[in-house]
Amino acid sequence: MAFDYEKYLRPGKLPHIWCPGCGHGIVMKGLIRAMDTLKLDMKNTAIVSGIGCASRLPGYIDCCTLHTAHGRAAAFATGVKMAKPEMNVILCGGDGDGTAIGGNHFIHACRRNIDMTYIIMNNYIYGMTGGQFSPCTPTGHKASTTPYGNPDPNFDIAKLAIGAGATFVARGTAFHANQIDKLIAEAIQHKGFSVVEILDDCPTTYGRRNKYKSVIEMMNRLKEVAVPVKAAEKMTAEQLQGKVLTGVLYKDDSKSDYTTEYAKIIERAQAKK
Amino acid sequence: MAKKVEFLQGNEAAAHGAIYAGCNFFGGYPITPSTEVSEVLSIELPKIGGKFIQMEDEIGAMAACLGASLTGAKVLTSTSGPGLSLKQELIGYGCIAEIPCVVYNVMRGGPSTGMPTGPSQSDVMCAKWGTHGDHATIALMPASVQECYDMTAEAFSLAEKYRMPVHVLPDEIVAHMRERIEFREPGEIEITPRKAPTVPPEQYKPYDTSFGDVPPLADFGSGYRYHVTGLNKMQDGFPTTKAEVVQAEEERQVRKVDANIDDIVKFEEYMLEDADVVVVAYGSTSRSARYAVNVAREQGVKAGMFRIKTFWPFPDKQIKALAAKVKGFVIPEMNLGMCSIELERCAQGKVPVLGIFRVDGEPINPDQIVEKIKEVK
Repeated sequence: MAFDYEKYLRPGKLPHIWCPGCGHGIVMKGLIRAMDTLKLDMKNTAIVSGIGCASRLPGYIDCCTLHTAHGRAAAFATGVKMAKPEMNVILCGGDGDGTAIGGNHFIHACRRNIDMTYIIMNNYIYGMTGGQFSPCTPTGHKASTTPYGNPDPNFDIAKLAIGAGATFVARGTAFHANQIDKLIAEAIQHKGFSVVEILDDCPTTYGRRNKYKSVIEMMNRLKEVAVPVKAAEKMTAEQLQGKVLTGVLYKDDSKSDYTTEYAKIIERAQAKK
Repeated sequence: MAKKVEFLQGNEAAAHGAIYAGCNFFGGYPITPSTEVSEVLSIELPKIGGKFIQMEDEIGAMAACLGASLTGAKVLTSTSGPGLSLKQELIGYGCIAEIPCVVYNVMRGGPSTGMPTGPSQSDVMCAKWGTHGDHATIALMPASVQECYDMTAEAFSLAEKYRMPVHVLPDEIVAHMRERIEFREPGEIEITPRKAPTVPPEQYKPYDTSFGDVPPLADFGSGYRYHVTGLNKMQDGFPTTKAEVVQAEEERQVRKVDANIDDIVKFEEYMLEDADVVVVAYGSTSRSARYAVNVAREQGVKAGMFRIKTFWPFPDKQIKALAAKVKGFVIPEMNLGMCSIELERCAQGKVPVLGIFRVDGEPINPDQIVEKIKEVK
């Protein structure tokens, strides 16, 4: 029997705003399957986002949803989780939202290791505003504000998350749709701050400026560059040139999460009273 | 039983006033001269099972407060000038999404870094107009340590009652001076709880105006699933650009305060019955003004004071009534004439408005005010 996505969707809210060929819908389906796998209580689940195409995702899903201001998802979500640690808190958004204007909140959520899952849809561009370059636009590539090619070096979101203290970091792609739900489910189950970067595509504002003739070509690129971490172990540095590792890149179960630690603060304060 | 009495600083008193009102979440970022609020709450909140978090920046602190408030927490943040500038983005979010929260902002010299330890009253317009777009504002002006306690507690009730951010604006003098204060007994200050939904989850809409201009707000995680956005929204919380809906919703969000000005606005009248000259004052400046009024009376000038306790919404009605019967207003303030603009608007040219404006980090002394009172003919 086909998977029933509708029971997780808000009635009357489709069609979504995403362009034909955009991978955000694939990610949303992956998230829904992950929520179904884990049998998450939707009444007790919050999805928090910032601003941008990817940040419109929460509106379609029937739980507690919070579409915040640009870049602020992680900070709002931290408030939700601190105040009600028993809630499942999932964040989503794009690369510009999460790593440029929201970069400070992102690294500090990683550092605190607060038990939330952040799904970053990385399509290398600010899509909603019409295709300006983001911190993830590859150097040399074209955006509406880099007409001569992007002079900026770009972030590796996964490395940034690991460096900042996230205790679960995974990467998938919109092409590898069947892997997305598994990565997200594992991330949600992880007790601590988890980051799932999904390499995505934006045919409308990124693809057409960078000589991708079709969505299929963009999807095929994701297929070609992705190398599962296991397979990469057997590959030479030369073979890995230009490739991107996918799967669970980092996992550390030894560290305590933030709200557990704060519960200890409360115990200490009350013992002193 | 004797009341608990302590000798406290304004900022410390504010923290205790917050606890009195049921504050159980604080999100902040260190900034002079407001940090004592967070220091006290970092001790007190965990004792009552509340949460204290120091965020990575001022914007994050505001965001954490709004997120926590949506779960039903009673939230406070504290800051000062530069921090208020940063928080404006999300104060606006709190206005449009209608999320209760209290912003305790200690006024120091500005703009920018200005004089971090110097007193000022120059954030009164920033509190009203700092965030972009039309919105209602409530701002309270404590003039004593006791009022830092009381008004912070009252701010929580106003935030819940009108479902919006509420400012408490002590100047640095009030925030840092020490006075005897009484801790309030339960019931002494009215604590208004959040209006909870009375309909089952499937019928709930977060901006349902059939319940009036302030719709009930459900807690995240309490069984009610709904959407919150900073976009202009419909009654069900989802975004819209429909002209008539946006117009009606924007007007409602301003009307919820405008239609209740008499409930919100508080003030003190001092020797106004027969006054020819009215000193309009707020915060620590009102303490000099009271002294100046006494001195002027001794010298045969019929002076009085109108003390603003609620700066926003502005006490238009009271000021207009005074303008019709007095010879003039004197307005001492630690800025270059911010309240003065409002007074002139209300006086409508009927009587002169004489200002004493100081931005040098020094308090306005009574002699300056007495001199100015005598200038009113």
